[in-house]
Amino acid sequence: MTKKEEKSLEIPKQEVVENEEMERTRDRRCYIPRTDIYETKDEIVLLADVPGADEEALDITLEKGVLTINAYVDEMAPEGFKRIYSEYESGDYRRSFKLSDEIDQSKIKATVKNGELRLQMPKAEPAKAKKITVKAA
Amino acid sequence: MYRTTRRPSIWREMDQVQREMNRLFAATDRPGILNSPGFPAINIWANEEGQFISAEMPGFNAEDINIDATADTLTISGSRKMDESGDETRYHRNERGYGEFKRTIQLPFMIDINSVKASFKNGVLAIHLQRAEADKPKKIAVKSA
Repeated sequence: MTKKEEKSLEIPKQEVVENEEMERTRDRRCYIPRTDIYETKDEIVLLADVPGADEEALDITLEKGVLTINAYVDEMAPEGFKRIYSEYESGDYRRSFKLSDEIDQSKIKATVKNGELRLQMPKAEPAKAKKITVKAA
Repeated sequence: MYRTTRRPSIWREMDQVQREMNRLFAATDRPGILNSPGFPAINIWANEEGQFISAEMPGFNAEDINIDATADTLTISGSRKMDESGDETRYHRNERGYGEFKRTIQLPFMIDINSVKASFKNGVLAIHLQRAEADKPKKIAVKSA
């Protein structure tokens, strides 16, 4: 997609579909965080919706070029109240991305604010062509 | 719409009813969870003293969210903006929604407007509504004659 287009805010949450090799050990629903990825001249920016997660709840790993985002969100339950109506459920978030070699994997910066995770991935410097000077013998 | 009259139209009314019915009966794989008629999806908790409403609104700033309360309605509105983008910005993936929203919730009781409290933490909005003193059920003692 080259042109930016605005989406409406109304998108239902999507649950992670488990594959056979991976089973969860936590008894919580797990959702796929909705994500935007855009590229500028110097970096690739990834934005993910992880409402309810703060910096402690987020777990980001990079292994063999695969970036995995995990967010563990605890159920919000006000004390002394009974739930009477629900349109959403809270749960954990998980999603993996394969990073290209273009990214300098040692310089990835992650910040979270208001339930929005922002990963800034600077592009690696292109390998400079080395010039070999030829000397006259 | 095929009719452009400004008079109250039975067709429009029926369309609205149909939409509402479709929403209620739309199959969800989540038992007990209803489809949200608009953004944001809300959860409601209640006790005798009042209600507690929560909504997930990631990426919003607290100052971009407006809450208006009347005696028995609550309106949440606001907007989420996209990152500034220059000529060289290319989107690879765009799954998140942006723009403005407004949602009004009809409350089942009168609230004490002055005691409405709202907090916004980690992208989750929580609103506490206190039931108005005058609206609370009164106990009536029965005297024996």
